[in-house]
Amino acid sequence: MSCQHTDELIHGHLDGELELVKSLEIERHLSACAVCTKNYERLRRLRSALGETTLRYLPSDRLEERLRSALRQESKPERNRTIFQPRWLVAAASLVLAFIVIWIVGRSLVKPDSGDLLAQEIVASHVRSMMADHLTDVSSSNQHTVKPWFDGKLDFSPPVKDLSQQGFILTGGRLDYIGNRPVAAMVYQRGQHPINLFVWPATGSANSTETVAVRQGYNLVRWTNGGMTYWAVSELNLPELQQFAQLLR
Amino acid sequence: MGAAYNLARWLVHNDHDAEDVVQEAYLRAFKFFSGYYGGDGRAWLLTIVRNTCYAWLKKNRLLRLAEPIEDNVAEAGLDFADPERLFIQSVDSEKIRWALLELPVDFREVVVMREMEGLSYKEIANIVDTPIGTVMSRLARGRKRLQTLLSKTMGKEAGI
Repeated sequence: MSCQHTDELIHGHLDGELELVKSLEIERHLSACAVCTKNYERLRRLRSALGETTLRYLPSDRLEERLRSALRQESKPERNRTIFQPRWLVAAASLVLAFIVIWIVGRSLVKPDSGDLLAQEIVASHVRSMMADHLTDVSSSNQHTVKPWFDGKLDFSPPVKDLSQQGFILTGGRLDYIGNRPVAAMVYQRGQHPINLFVWPATGSANSTETVAVRQGYNLVRWTNGGMTYWAVSELNLPELQQFAQLLR
Repeated sequence: MGAAYNLARWLVHNDHDAEDVVQEAYLRAFKFFSGYYGGDGRAWLLTIVRNTCYAWLKKNRLLRLAEPIEDNVAEAGLDFADPERLFIQSVDSEKIRWALLELPVDFREVVVMREMEGLSYKEIANIVDTPIGTVMSRLARGRKRLQTLLSKTMGKEAGI
């Protein structure tokens, strides 16, 4: 090993950081080279001089106490600051509130109310009843035939009226399923126009007057009477359908 | 805590500032304890102490790092072959203290960590965030410069 190479590695050797093979090579060189040996001796002396304990600064007693109280203080407000600080509470609360408001407004904009949903279902059922050629399960113009037919098929007995005198001919009845429950559907005929009259027990006992609506060109009239909810739907014009509703009440 | 204070004291030069730096470093260590993924707790703390010292030195415009040219000039004055230096044993520790403070911070810190705290090259490399080779070369240059400084003040009898 050359003097220059030794000079590069001598510090590693001095600090015991060299791998064994390199250290042995340096030892071999040192035993043969006076210049490098002197250099090594000087470095060792410098090391021992630097390692003298008087050079090392010792912390004062008060520093330890100071650190302890600083850390104590830090650990207390830290907890308060991150979780319980009013500022954060307010920010979090208003964020939550904003989300709730957006959610409610969004829902009311997107989702129609239940009455609207029901109207949609009624119209769909009316359309389906004519498309599938399944207008009636029991075909009869006799109310005394139609009414008993529902017995045992529903948990209620729908009132069935004969309105043939007024030009609304009963043609039959059928079971249907509206608003998550089985309902009675009575079918009347006014001229060329069939009318579907859906009946099921009302949730409340209060009677209500007719409400009208138009969906996809069909007219709807809704009312509650005698503990039953009625929905009449037809392509029949609205005044005549309202008249039909009046006659049933 | 002793190692933390000693390093800070050597880097920022006075008691008062060293205490401030150590306190700040401890608070940082406390706050960022989640950044401690196990391993050598002392080295981790010393890393924070060292970074805090550097921040303090920068803020106070006292950060003086070694420049390659300055370094070469300093080392050029060293005469390795003077036989008389071998024989004087005692060294004035105050002069060593002075010489050590003359070193640029990046040399001084590796000398302090190696000679006073007995840290390995690898530990120092982690704390200073440099390759091990750089630690060794800074240590070598730092020592050589100390020798130059000491031989200038003490004369040839220093033997260092």
